Parts: sequence; structure tokens; C-alpha cells
Amino acid sequence: MNLDVLAGCVTTASCFVTQVSTGLIVGMLLFLVASGLSLIFGVLGVVNFAHGVFYMLGAYFAFAAYEVTGSFILALLAGAAGAGLLGIVFERFFMSRVYGRDLLMQLLVCYAAILICDDLVKIVFGADYKLMGMPESFAAAPVEVMGGFIPGYYIFMLAMALGIGAVLWLGINRTRLGKIIRALAINPQMVGALGINTRLLYAAVFGMGCVLAGTAGALAAPVRTLTPGMGLSVLIESFIVTVIGGMGSIPGALVAAVLIGLTRAFGAIGFPLFTDGLMFALMGLVLILRPSGLLGTRTA
Amino acid sequence: MSNGANAIGRRGLLGGAAAGAAILAAPRIAGAQAKVIRVGMPTVLSGRVAILGTSSRTAVQYAFSRMNEAGGFGGRTLQLVERDSKGRPDEAAKVTRDLINNDGCEIIIDGEASSGGFAVHEVVRDLPVLCVHTNSETSSLTADPKLHVKTAFRCARQGIHDAVAGGVYASTISKQRGLKRWMTCSPDYAYGRDNTAEFLEFARLYDPAIEVVDQVWPRLFAPDYTENITKALQVRPQAMYSALWGGDLVSFMEQSNLYRLFPNVALFSSSLGDPPVLTAIKQLPPGLHTAYRYNRTYPDKPDNTAFADGFAGLAKHEPTNWAWQNYVACQFIGEALKRTNGRTEGAALAAELKGMQISSGLAVDEKLTMRESDHTLIGYPTAWGRTVPKAPFVEDFAPIAWSQILEMETQWKKQKGYA
Repeated sequence: MNLDVLAGCVTTASCFVTQVSTGLIVGMLLFLVASGLSLIFGVLGVVNFAHGVFYMLGAYFAFAAYEVTGSFILALLAGAAGAGLLGIVFERFFMSRVYGRDLLMQLLVCYAAILICDDLVKIVFGADYKLMGMPESFAAAPVEVMGGFIPGYYIFMLAMALGIGAVLWLGINRTRLGKIIRALAINPQMVGALGINTRLLYAAVFGMGCVLAGTAGALAAPVRTLTPGMGLSVLIESFIVTVIGGMGSIPGALVAAVLIGLTRAFGAIGFPLFTDGLMFALMGLVLILRPSGLLGTRTA
Repeated sequence: MSNGANAIGRRGLLGGAAAGAAILAAPRIAGAQAKVIRVGMPTVLSGRVAILGTSSRTAVQYAFSRMNEAGGFGGRTLQLVERDSKGRPDEAAKVTRDLINNDGCEIIIDGEASSGGFAVHEVVRDLPVLCVHTNSETSSLTADPKLHVKTAFRCARQGIHDAVAGGVYASTISKQRGLKRWMTCSPDYAYGRDNTAEFLEFARLYDPAIEVVDQVWPRLFAPDYTENITKALQVRPQAMYSALWGGDLVSFMEQSNLYRLFPNVALFSSSLGDPPVLTAIKQLPPGLHTAYRYNRTYPDKPDNTAFADGFAGLAKHEPTNWAWQNYVACQFIGEALKRTNGRTEGAALAAELKGMQISSGLAVDEKLTMRESDHTLIGYPTAWGRTVPKAPFVEDFAPIAWSQILEMETQWKKQKGYA
């Protein structure tokens, strides 16, 4: 425990700015993945244990597109769209068959998907690690803010994640389609009775959740190595975010992701040997004090 | 007891048991007499460190094809039988037993990382075929006399040699440039912590002015190192040692580049010199210090270049550290088989390997030695060099005298109670 160092950091502008930005950087990627997980759970009522696969696929699709085109924008689109399309296929052919079934059955389907996709990625891209590389436009020196440093790419990443979060929130809360989706989450029979194709909506929502995971993977590809099975570690952290924020709550996912990010950033300063443990301690605390999560809906 | 007509008598029982034993033993006897010598290789062929196994396998295949083309040994050729342990020690032990008992393998090349290597070592204690460990760098595997197995050898670099070499090199640079404030960033598991402790021990032995101002331990296979990098920005060390390796090191370097960490901090890395790492990093900063893992330009010998070309022709990438270790292991095994004229009994091959010296393009001087006292390789490259952005990516290799390494190793063994 380095509480003196932690106190010194919090009271020093440069350290504070750098660590807050670090927390946001770590948190925003987690938010994208966790918000997809939350969206799917909130509307479809299933826990997509294979969500990390779509993060991995997004990263690999972006890598492949960048190798072919050299365009980072196209790479991002390929990552998001590729993960979304495969998400729809997965939902239609596999997940839709286990809605309302035993949780173990859902877990089995997702686990099979993880194993198959990891092996397919290994066959197509090879077992060794890959790195997309930083686009030239982001190769500039980090920006100095009050003595702290924030890399240009991370500023872009933060803006993208916040922008996507805002669009998602507006889409769900301020549009007609959003109203239908919210209604679908509460009473799917009623939505179906109104002549709306609920199967199509389920697939679209599942696909949207996977687009979010794929986008996170594509955004991570320039700075994180790509390996088959890379989705697992991000999935575990996303579950922690979802539990802390409240299952099904997208604003909750945002708050929890930022909390986790800040915990990691300042934990590295004050509790360097217990940074990972802090995340789980935070989750335990929330589960004890507020079992439904920070912004989750209390159930009777 | 039955006294019926169909009852089996004592002699019948013994005879049946003998016949059964003969049948069960037949595959091994047949294997021993077969024209092909089957060589088993438990290794990691899947998961995040699959390149360890895939490059090891390619190096052995390349070496065997050359030996077979040259006529084999006493009319016998070599055939590789590899098995994926998935990096799990229990699986490594299981597949090694299967390779010997069921697949008729007469020699084992253990391509496991350290955790699996120890498991394979214990299997070979029970089933004494010749075993050459090719990827375990943990010193105790061969240094600890309690672990000694008569038919097991190590043809790989080892931690204590690298620690001495790293300490000598780093202390020289630290004295030249006045690098007093050091930080470490290594993976949080046994290898990362041991490797870092040994490096610091020897660096401070040669330059007592070195002060460790902070140590961070990201977990193995962590996807993000931003919090560790920004902590380094706060601590502002003059130098950093890292035992990160493979894809983790690539991520760490790329994320550090975003913060321009290494123009301001001198990096000393145990694993940056591995060609797959060097080529995966898109923006390799110049002037970083790294231990030799493999480089086609060092040792600067035609045999080394020929190995690099031959391996790259098969693997479509440059050799790894694991590749040269496996290739050299095959050279040692080949020489032993030549001397036994193709006989594969573990004891016979082990007797030949003890103290064996072979000429090799990978030797720092003329020959590599399989040291008789502890069955381990010496004389291999332990140099440190500096990075450059383009191929060959590392240059200015500064060799560390083996006499100095061996002297410090002897003292270390006494401290540990190994000698």
C-alpha cells in the first residue's frame, strides 16, 4: 500500500489528469463491450457468454481490413459490421433456439461458439499474435493537459465511445424504434400482437450488442495484440462492469466502466499489488449494498 | 477355489501372464528395431504462446529433414511425433507417457515451457528414454541435484546465465550513463518475479548505485498496460527492466509508444530480441537494450545464416529463440545417434551426450557444450544489443564472457545449496 504516493498523485494536477485519463481509457473500451452485454440481457433476457468472441472478431476483421485497404475508417467499419452480422447469424441459428431454456443450455451453446470461433480464427489468421499498428494520423506526440499527457489516439477512442454511448441512449430513449425495443423487453407478446416482427427485432438487438463489442475490438486493435481467445479476459471484466452497473442498464454500464477504470488507474498508484483485487472488492461491495447494481432495476 | 475341468492352474496362469507381457511389450520391441526412429515432442501448439510450439516443431522438422537426407543413422531415419499439451503440465505428462508407451517414441524432445518441462522431467525419471528439454529456462531444472535425471538434458538458455549476462551489461550502461533510478515492469507469475529478482541481484552486484524506485506486476496476458505506463510517467525512472515477453511485450511497447515513454527511459528487456516480437512491433524505438534471443546476424557465421534461411523457408518467419534451441538439440541428438550407430537406449545416448561438444553456427566461439556435471548447454549467445527500427532490428551485440558467467553461476549454486 502506497497511500502517501496516492495522496500525492491526487493532489498533483499532472498526475491526477494522467490517471483520470487512464481510467477513462480503460473504462470506455469496457463500456462498449459491457453496454452490448447489457443491451442483449435487458431486451432478450439472455446472458451472452460468447460476447467476448465478438470483441475478438471485431479486432480481427479490423486487422484484416486494415491490411487490405490501409484505411483505419474502413477497418473500424469492418470490425463493427462483421461482428454485428455474425452476431445476427449466431442469434438466428443458435441462441434463438435456447431462449427461455435452462441457463446451462445457453451456457453450453455459448461455450461451443467460443471454442469454434477461437479455432476458426486460429485456422484463418494463425495461432501467433498480430498487431494492426497505429494509423499515421495518430502518430503525433501526446497532448499535454495541465502537465499530464494524453495520447491523441486515446482522445479519439474516448470520443468514439462517448459518441456511441450517446447515440445508443438517444436511440433507445428518444426514437420510435427505441420505444418498441423497450416495449419488447417488457412485454414481447404485446409487441407481437401489434404486428411487429419480434424475431427480427431480437436479431437486430443481438446484432447491435455485437456491433458494440466489435467496435471495441476494432478500437483496441491498434494498441493491443490480437490472439485467438483474446475475448476471454475482456468478457470477465465486462461481467464485473455489468454486475456493478446493474444487469440491463446501459447508463449503469457507463458509470461502472468508468469506476472500474479509475479504480485500476489509481489502484496502480496506491495499491500496486492489489489492483485486480480492487475490482473484485468493488463488485463485492456493490453486491452487498445494492444487489441489483448501481443503476439496475430492483426486483421484488 | 474351483477344481473344474476349465480351471486355470498355477503354471497356466504364469504362462498366460508371460505371454500377455510379451504381447504388450511387442510394440516397444518392434519400435526399437524399426527402421524409423520416432521422436516424441510434447509442446504447446495452441493458446497465446502457440508460437513457442509451432516454431519449435518447425525447427525440429527442418533439422530432421536435413539429417534424413544425409542418410540417417545406421540405416535409420528420424520421424517427429508431436502432441499439443495446451500448456498444461498434467497434459504434458500424459502426452509424454502416451508418446513413449503407445506411439513407440524412443527419444523425447521436450518442447514445453517451464511448468510443463518439470512434469515431463518426472515422466522420464520413470520411463528412462533420452529426453532433451528445449524450452525451459528455469535454472533449477538442471541445477538442482535433487531433480537430476540420468537421461534428461537441457538444450536451452537458462535464467541464471541470462541474469549474470544482463547484470554485467546493465551495470556497464548504468555506470556510463549514470542510470541510478530503476523501475521494473514484469508479469506477475513465478518466471516474471524470479527473472526480475535475479537480474536486479546481479545488476546491483556490479553497480551498487542502482536504486529500485518502483516495481509493477501486470498480470500475465493482460490486454492493457496503460495504468503501468502512466505510473512510470509519475515515478520518472531513468531506466526500466522488463521480463514481459511475446504478445504481452508487443502490447506494452505499442501502448508505451503512445506516451513516448522510451525516449526518456532506458529500457532493458529480457525478451525484446525475439524476432517475432521485433517484427510485430510496428514502431520499434531505437536504442532499447535487449538480451539476445535470436538474430540471423549474430553469431556472424555462415551456418547461422543458413539455419535462418532454411527455417524461414519453412515457417515463413524468422527463427525464434525456441527455434534455435530445438535445432541445436537435434544436432546434439544426431551426433549421439551417429556415435551409437542408431541405437536409441536412453542410457547409451545419455553416455554420449555427457560433455559432448559440437561445432555450431549458434556457438559464441567454435563449439557448444553439453556440460557433463549438470546436463545443460553452455557456450550459447548471451549477448545484449540495441534496437534499430529496421531489420536486423538488433545490432551492436556486446558479448559477455562465458568465464565470467560460469564463475558467478558457481557462486550462485553454492548460495542455493546446489553445489
